[in-house]
Amino acid sequence: MYETNYHRASSVADAAATFAKGAESKFLAGGQTLLPVMKQRLAAPTDVIDLSKVQEMIGIEVSGDTVTIKGATPHYDVAQSDAVQKAIPALANLASMIGDPAVRYRGTIGGSLANNDPAADYPAALLALGATVKTNKRSITAEDFFKGLFTTALEDGEIITAVSFPVPAKAGYAKFPNPASRFALTGVFVARTKAGDVRVAATGASQSGVMRVAPIEQALKANWAASALDSVTIPASGLLADIHGSADYRANLVKVMGQRAVTAAG
Amino acid sequence: MSTVKLTVNGKAVSVDVEDRTLLVHLLRENLNLTGTHVGCDTSQCGACVVHVDGRAVKSCTMLAGQAAGCNVTTIEGLAKGDELHPMQAAFRDNHGLQCGYCTPGMIMSAVDIVHRHGGKLDEETVRHELEGNICRCTGYHNIVKAVLDAAGRMKVAQAAE
Ligand SMILES: Cc1cc2nc3c(=O)[nH]c(=O)nc-3n(C[C@H](O)[C@H](O)[C@H](O)COP(=O)(O)OP(=O)(O)OC[C@H]3O[C@@H](n4cnc5c(N)ncnc54)[C@H](O)[C@@H]3O)c2cc1C
Ligand code: FES
Ligand code: FES
Repeated sequence: MYETNYHRASSVADAAATFAKGAESKFLAGGQTLLPVMKQRLAAPTDVIDLSKVQEMIGIEVSGDTVTIKGATPHYDVAQSDAVQKAIPALANLASMIGDPAVRYRGTIGGSLANNDPAADYPAALLALGATVKTNKRSITAEDFFKGLFTTALEDGEIITAVSFPVPAKAGYAKFPNPASRFALTGVFVARTKAGDVRVAATGASQSGVMRVAPIEQALKANWAASALDSVTIPASGLLADIHGSADYRANLVKVMGQRAVTAAG
Repeated sequence: MSTVKLTVNGKAVSVDVEDRTLLVHLLRENLNLTGTHVGCDTSQCGACVVHVDGRAVKSCTMLAGQAAGCNVTTIEGLAKGDELHPMQAAFRDNHGLQCGYCTPGMIMSAVDIVHRHGGKLDEETVRHELEGNICRCTGYHNIVKAVLDAAGRMKVAQAAE
């Protein structure tokens, strides 16, 4: 790792101000992505600003039909939260499947979203549930937030302070994990909103990052059942192909994980 | 350089380190606590797991500065004098190690698993929860046996307290 200056932020405002002073600053939350990348010298920030102890960025609130997870809340806390388990059990379940226990203790929702790994889990939940990303500057809908592989709508120095999820009527998540990293070889999140709309998002599958899956949405709108997807075919064009699986394999995984997600949703 | 103050195995320490220092290097190189190992550079092997404020984390994936003010327990902090921690004793009794490289991390993760699950541990849960700890020798079988054995011993020890 190259030399760097470490700063522990005390508040969102302090973090933003410290970020602005550094030549090439980066925020550090759980460090479960940034530190491995810095160790490999693929990132060399002059200053790292630690958000993980900013109290106003940690915690979970449920009010009415909205679950709000603050930006530096670790995956473990989301997985364990009684409130999340009750309001959106699929979201708690998703968090409990990220990486391994040590990664879940440190890794945060804000870090995962800012990084936008094409195989990360949270992006699928945000897109399917129609969540809103809150930053220190504005609110961004999930549709507008994800901009392709490792790319988001965040501006330099912008901080994810929270994510708010509308509580759905039903939701489920199923992923086929890469056996080594646990990242999604393909993961599918299905949701039926309280207004009766169906939204489905897949991660790990597309060359351009998390995506909505229209054929599954249409089939489930007509009939909310795993069997409704039996006759659906997912086009393989634009899907990822690598040593772990071909595009055709992933296309089939989108369907099968979709079916498992519907079964999980009940 | 910064001065990092933290508590390690119950003792308050103050160490001057470069800001880029990882917690594992502070432990190994500044405090000579070489029981905590480094087995990879991708945050995947778990040989470096220690407890920070009661949570089992990878000390290779945390800056020393992030642990300032925290309470750190390493493998050296588990035994009470000559008396092994029940998890250490169970690893020995069940032949849960061969070369021993992964063992400190395995044990620190395993203690955390038992703390979280208490008496509700079964083989499947142990295997799932050890996903972040890689062993190149044992094939995991005796590690899982050791963790289940220790879970029972820790329950008995707790009941006796
Ligand atoms: C072994 C291993 C297995 C993993 N498996 C999975 C998996 O199965 N599924 C999965 O989804 N992920 C997985 N991850 C990634 C993990 O979830 C990370 O925690 C996450 O991607 C990054 O979150 P972090 O808090 O650690 O962020 P950091 O590593 O601290 O930061 C990541 C990036 O986000 C920026 N950032 C952090 N917080 C904010 C914020 N609040 N606002 C703006 N920018 C911010 C940082 O500047 C940096 O660029 C795994 C990681 C490891 C090491
Ligand atoms: S050395 Fe920390 S995970 Fe491998
Ligand atoms: S005992 Fe050798 S790596 Fe586990």
